[in-house]
Amino acid sequence: MAGYILRRLLQAIPVFFGTTFLIYFMVFAMPGDPILALFGDKTPSPALVAQLRAQYHLDQPFIVQYFIYIGGIFQGNFGMSYSGQPVSEILLRTFPVTLRLAVLALFFETVFGILVGLISGLRKGKLFDGSSLVVSLILISLPIFVIAFVAQYVFGVQLGWARTTVGPGAPIQDLILPALVLASISFAQIVRLTRSSVIETSSLDFVRTAYGKGLSRNRIVPVHILRNSLIPVVTYLATDFGVLLVGATVTEGIFNVPGVGNTLYQAIIRSEGPTVVSFVTVMVLLYLVVNLIVDLLYGLLDPRIRYVK
Amino acid sequence: MSNDLTERTVGEASPPSSNHFVAPLEETPLVAIDVVKVAEKPSNLWIDAWRDARRRPIFWISGALILLVCVVALFPWLFTNVPPNNDCQLINSNGGPTSGHILGFTKQGCDVYSRIINGTSTSLAVGIIVIVLTTFLGIIFGAFAGFYGGATDAFLSRIGDIFFSIPYILAAVVIMSVLVNYRSVWTISLAIGLFAWPATARVLRAEILRVKNSDFVMASEALGVSSLRILLRHVLPNSIAPVIAITTISLAAAIVAEATLSFLGVGLGSSIMSWGNDINQAQRDLRTNPQTLIYPSLALSITVFAFILMGEVIRDALDPKARALR
Amino acid sequence: MRKNRIGVGVVALAAASALVLTGCASGGGSTPTSSANLSAVITTNGSEPQNPLIPTNTNETGGGKIVDSIFAGLVYYDATGKPINDMADSITTTDSQTYTIKIKPNQTFSDGEAVDAKSFVDAWQYGALFSNAQVNQSFFAPIEGFSDTVDSPLTGLTVVDPTTFTVKLNAPQSDFPLQLGYTAFDPLPANAFADMTAFGQNPIGNGPYKLASSSAWQHNVQIDLVPNATYTGGRKAQNGGLTFKFYASSDAAYSDLQANNVDVIDEIPDSAISTFTSDLGDRAINQPSAVFQSFTIGVAAPHFQGQEGQLRRQALSEAIDRPTITKVIFDGTRTPATDFTSPVLDGYSNSLSGNSVLTYNADDAKKLWAEANAISPWSGTFQIAYNADGPHQAWVDAVSNSIKNVLGIDAAGSPTPTFAQFRTLVTDTANPIQTGFRTGWQADYPALSDFLVPLYQTGASSNDGHYTNPAVDALFTKAASETSTDAAIKDYQDAQVILLKDLPAIPLWYSNVTGGFAQGVSNVQFGWNSVPLYYAITKS
Repeated sequence: MAGYILRRLLQAIPVFFGTTFLIYFMVFAMPGDPILALFGDKTPSPALVAQLRAQYHLDQPFIVQYFIYIGGIFQGNFGMSYSGQPVSEILLRTFPVTLRLAVLALFFETVFGILVGLISGLRKGKLFDGSSLVVSLILISLPIFVIAFVAQYVFGVQLGWARTTVGPGAPIQDLILPALVLASISFAQIVRLTRSSVIETSSLDFVRTAYGKGLSRNRIVPVHILRNSLIPVVTYLATDFGVLLVGATVTEGIFNVPGVGNTLYQAIIRSEGPTVVSFVTVMVLLYLVVNLIVDLLYGLLDPRIRYVK
Repeated sequence: MSNDLTERTVGEASPPSSNHFVAPLEETPLVAIDVVKVAEKPSNLWIDAWRDARRRPIFWISGALILLVCVVALFPWLFTNVPPNNDCQLINSNGGPTSGHILGFTKQGCDVYSRIINGTSTSLAVGIIVIVLTTFLGIIFGAFAGFYGGATDAFLSRIGDIFFSIPYILAAVVIMSVLVNYRSVWTISLAIGLFAWPATARVLRAEILRVKNSDFVMASEALGVSSLRILLRHVLPNSIAPVIAITTISLAAAIVAEATLSFLGVGLGSSIMSWGNDINQAQRDLRTNPQTLIYPSLALSITVFAFILMGEVIRDALDPKARALR
Repeated sequence: MRKNRIGVGVVALAAASALVLTGCASGGGSTPTSSANLSAVITTNGSEPQNPLIPTNTNETGGGKIVDSIFAGLVYYDATGKPINDMADSITTTDSQTYTIKIKPNQTFSDGEAVDAKSFVDAWQYGALFSNAQVNQSFFAPIEGFSDTVDSPLTGLTVVDPTTFTVKLNAPQSDFPLQLGYTAFDPLPANAFADMTAFGQNPIGNGPYKLASSSAWQHNVQIDLVPNATYTGGRKAQNGGLTFKFYASSDAAYSDLQANNVDVIDEIPDSAISTFTSDLGDRAINQPSAVFQSFTIGVAAPHFQGQEGQLRRQALSEAIDRPTITKVIFDGTRTPATDFTSPVLDGYSNSLSGNSVLTYNADDAKKLWAEANAISPWSGTFQIAYNADGPHQAWVDAVSNSIKNVLGIDAAGSPTPTFAQFRTLVTDTANPIQTGFRTGWQADYPALSDFLVPLYQTGASSNDGHYTNPAVDALFTKAASETSTDAAIKDYQDAQVILLKDLPAIPLWYSNVTGGFAQGVSNVQFGWNSVPLYYAITKS
């Protein structure tokens, strides 16, 4: 077991280099000179542009820029944003906020998604199953920005149940509404996944055996059916966690959450290589750990799965 | 006995080279069984599934809907002769239904119904290209990683991690700006799909980890069936259910993602009609004129509904246990 | 709203964000109430400054609003754009080329250091020095000694005595004093030069406000300002402080205003443009302003040169139904253009000879287009390039549709994903853009010259269409050296008459400034540059 975990952690090294290289290359490949954009609709003098480019190493070939950046990381320097802030500071400020939001969203989609999926699966073809399909369809066919606007307007402005935007310090109660909006995107996926898994598990021999043995439904459903249906769901939740960490751009924008999604998006648009790469690197390392935990969870959910050989 | 031989004799008809197949002597006990199989029509998972599916009304309903959407996508002029983009008069802006314009007008004064009909091909294509791409890559990476484990797993899974950790917005901005002069259904599908497949791969890998320890897999192994064949014939079909569940929803997610990319400014231009584009443009008037947003969303919902139902049928049909229960 | 979320759109004061002024209209329409509370902190919308808070390195609205509040220059602009002495006691000249500037005695920075001639001269030298690479460098270009390619001191600046300095320009420029209210000309304290990076995070200024503490700037969240007791000028704070809350989108700011979480906002999102006047009632602000919007067709574009080009440009201009587009797409928050400047400036005219070309006239447009086709037949699609991360798609589509419907040709928008890519495309001189492209201009100082010279003078920095006409250049030069303001205005108007024939850019409309304020807030007035006069706002 320890050996397996160690091996997995060591795999983070090639992933680190692969990710940083690929992302740096993508930022580099973006057409358009980010320096020109700093001047709005005015056109700066070419000499000034050249000087600013040199200041941010933008005049260097890609590979040189990349190694300047990587060299900096090994000295604990993640580079600077165009506004002169150390990227490490931006990371420390935004990650905790996004982490809170992501965990909260994950909590909502797990609870609601699995519950609704489980009931739908157990009552396949019944009214509840049909209703959950309709609700899922509505949520899935509206883009996130529409859901977010409507939620903000109804619950924030009209009803006053929640703050319209997230206040200073991003307290948990302000994050509930954006988290629910975020959870709504994956809700449909989790419901469908849980439902399909539950249907499949319910028909397996050991479940029928359990019924045959006269075990109560209250015991069979959570212990036999649910536990054995969770593997795909847990896997999906883990990937979703990764998405939530970087992908909450739109929701964070609408609710003004000072988190990763917003900052990262602006950095992407401004071609701020160091900021983009640092964010994504931290995120990929986090994601590797989450995936490792999930892989270990498989063993608990299904004892037949073994890694340690 | 060799794996090769076993496979041929057990599974399929005789090799083409020998019209009169004579088994080696030491396999005689098996020949008796095999002969029967060869003579009968082979039992095939997909054929069984088809036999099962065609008996279910839900299959025909969803099939008809999908067919309808495809016909609309391919032949939009059969359904409307109002030009979607060439007769937009601001004087009609956000106007209600009139004769000849049954769903009213958009903000720009274009015909809502005509835009939905003409946008079908783009949206459907984005959805289908994306799910084909993600499913194809997801199955390749997920199946091999889960089934072979060890170094193969580590290698394939970590590649997936790298791709997955790249925010799709970054990918979209890069792809759409590099290919700014080639913006099309293909580029946007690439932007959405190229970095989304690891989710499918991971779910499939997890399911395969579970299934590969099942009794029937061990039985196949014991029979000496080649590992690739076990994967393709036995493990994969039994692990595909969650992939189908995800894929049918992903179809909708892809169509909607196109709207979100437009919202962020990296979508298709407004000269390319799509439901996502219309939803995005209608969002500005959400509070004053919601119907221009509701109609394209409805078209999207109906399409996705059809694909979800079809996914259900296929899932059930592929699962012999579920079949037995009915 | 998109532009805020994305940042880049908002980038420059010069960018397309809404600007200007409110003329004599009092923005708020509210009268001061006796219950006004001098200790009430006003919360308003902002965006994370893109650069450290250094006046010569701040050129976008997010940082500009803050810098303007914590620094005071020689003059400030009142709501109508009229310059009023702030630190300056007097600014005099006899020849429009050498200016003598006297500073009021006993002015100090918030840490007690004196604001004297040296504070200004050193700051300007710093901002102009090539290797300091300040984004506002070009503002010092008129001053003798300036170079934008090598390090060269501004030899035109001379400190005469502690409160007097002189400025010698390269050439006469009658509206130079008008420029001095721009933040680039603000003074800096001596300790700033020791470590400009650190100073930019925690600046010490001489304006009506100062940072509440050394950690007042919470990046990406907000910045807290408190009144600066040492400031004695005309912008004395009437409230207990300012909090700029940074928003990623104006939608979020607007929702906060509706929920009373913010006191004043200076931007209404697209999604609320049709409802904000009914949502807010008399707390809504929608006033003419000085942002000029147009689209430009470069001189390199095929079919747009010479006689044929002139006919096509006029045909396109007359094919655009400006009043309907501003009404339907912008809900009246834009005003159709009648010249190349702005209705809030001295010298704006709606009766320039030849401005009928800006009036919708489908028949004439068809006729002109047919005449051009007789010279050389048109083929292909007329395109307008724009950056899709800004709020441009709706109007570009509407303009394209208008052209399409009238001229019967194919017309479409051509979006580029990012502002950087758009600017790169537009400014690429080696490979000039072949299509039309959106252009917008927000003045840095309230003068006709700022709307014309940088955009249409031969070789001017922002002349992205590479327009050149000796007659126009001559009028610009003549105007700059006029000693009478009226004479200068006449020259600029004459130049515009030529521009209306050539149409290097096709004028579309002027942006209004839109905003709103919460209940209990009074004395909200928007400045000529579209920024609220924060110091005057009161709250009960």
